[in-house]
Amino acid sequence: MDRQATMEQGLTQTAFAPALSPAARRRQLREKAIAGIITLMAFTGIAALILIIVFVAKEALALFTDPAARHEASLSKMFLAQDVPAGRPAFRWQPVSKIPKVSMIPLFVGTLKTTVVSMMVAVPLGVFGALFAAEFAPRRLRELLKPVIELLAGIPSVVLGFFALMVMSTVVKDVFHFDRPLNAMVAGLGLALAIVPVIFTVSEDALTAVPRSYREASLALGATPWETAWKVVLPAAAPGILAACVLGFGRAIGETMIVLMASGNADVISWSLGDSARSLSATIAAEMGEVVVGSPHYSLLFFIGVQLFIFTFVLNLLASTWTKRVMRRLTGGAA
Amino acid sequence: MEARELTLRYGTKAAIQKVSLAILDRRVTALIGPSGCGKSTFLRSLNRMNDLIPGTNHTGTILLDDTDIHDRSVDVVDLRRRVGMVFQKSNPFPKSIFENVAYGLRVGGMKDKAALAQRVEKSLRGAALWDEVKDRLHDSALGLSGGQQQRLCIARALAVEPQVLLMDEPASALDPIATAKIEELIHELKSTYTIAIVTHNMQQAARVSDRTAFFYMGELVECGPTEQIFTNPREKRTEDYVTGKFG
Repeated sequence: MDRQATMEQGLTQTAFAPALSPAARRRQLREKAIAGIITLMAFTGIAALILIIVFVAKEALALFTDPAARHEASLSKMFLAQDVPAGRPAFRWQPVSKIPKVSMIPLFVGTLKTTVVSMMVAVPLGVFGALFAAEFAPRRLRELLKPVIELLAGIPSVVLGFFALMVMSTVVKDVFHFDRPLNAMVAGLGLALAIVPVIFTVSEDALTAVPRSYREASLALGATPWETAWKVVLPAAAPGILAACVLGFGRAIGETMIVLMASGNADVISWSLGDSARSLSATIAAEMGEVVVGSPHYSLLFFIGVQLFIFTFVLNLLASTWTKRVMRRLTGGAA
Repeated sequence: MEARELTLRYGTKAAIQKVSLAILDRRVTALIGPSGCGKSTFLRSLNRMNDLIPGTNHTGTILLDDTDIHDRSVDVVDLRRRVGMVFQKSNPFPKSIFENVAYGLRVGGMKDKAALAQRVEKSLRGAALWDEVKDRLHDSALGLSGGQQQRLCIARALAVEPQVLLMDEPASALDPIATAKIEELIHELKSTYTIAIVTHNMQQAARVSDRTAFFYMGELVECGPTEQIFTNPREKRTEDYVTGKFG
């Protein structure tokens, strides 16, 4: 047989012979099926998320399309001072009074107050607690500390809210000599209880992930354990710790039950932590049950939801941009 | 620097047994031996890095300028400033080149900017890295090549001006050209520093060291001038190892 004939025979054979053994075929099919199922699950999750956003946005949109709603709750009524008789506050949230007052400003102030208080308390506690656990605690203590604090994360927020309402409020009132037992301070401290575990856990993971070689290098240069933790380990874990804080912030701004129970829920504009505060999320929770579906008030509550979403989204965006920039500076684009 | 009858255990398992070895001033001492023979453990005990591993304990003494480094009067932080260390895997901090070198000085309390800059330059020159990095001192150290990173780690160790420099297989992760640079550097450094270097590479030990100590199974088998160890060892085990019969 000459060469050409061999080649042709080879060609015809490959063309007609089965390309794969049955076992290989089955294997490939199985791989495809598994990949398909996993993809489907991933997209189901994403789709659910998108549908939630679409639904909330759609319900809020009526505020801008429906003439009655536009009259009752225009953007200027939500965000600007209103003409009121002298001595009355220009910003009020009273959406079901005879003349509905729908200013968002008291809600912003209330949310800001409770969130800031909780972050001021929870960030140092969480981060330094994590630093202690990761760098200084004896191994046994650390193995105890982490699960216990993670357990704290599992306490339902209604329980924390109850604790804030019944226990912390009187203590805080006595300590700071506040007029009211339910105020922004109590709500913020209650929130801190909820977000310390979040910040602690995520920070601790970030700190433990810092390579041991950094610590050894630092100690070998004559740094003390504290200098090593503060100047080497903490900066190296900074992106992870920021992520922990953002996560905590997201929880704090969205957390409803604790604020609803402990803040007093008055729509006052006051920077005093001793005054009551009404937050965005607690407002939704308190009013959604009684609102007339489709009314301007109903759309308004969804609009609050959209705003909460925007706040967390923007903050996440800022954090991730910052993290990327820091990472680039730290690694010189090498990693 | 000198170890006398040093035994070090991880829990109850002895990693090194009754090792007595002098690291002579301004000489390069190479520690060789097969994996797990205790040479790295010995090196790490010289600046008490083994303290970091829970469950280690020791007997015997290590003297630095006639003081026991485990003596109550010796602060481990001071000790490590006097006995610097370069690790097997280059481990620059995720900071700029400048900050890496300045780190030891800053934690040592040096604040004056001009003095810092001067010492950083001196150290980088000492580690033969200055010309390569002088225009990018404030870029991240992690952007350097592997060999440059290791020389940066040497510069960082030199910046605090230790008496003794410990090197744990400093070139094992590097290519031949980078290795040659490190070896050249060790040659230059020995006029000012006392150096102990752990190496797996017999040729490297022969090239860079004045004295060689052969460890085997946690014991110091033999120590002497490098030439003698490689050409005329007293012990059969040393001869077998340096001629490549095992290892």
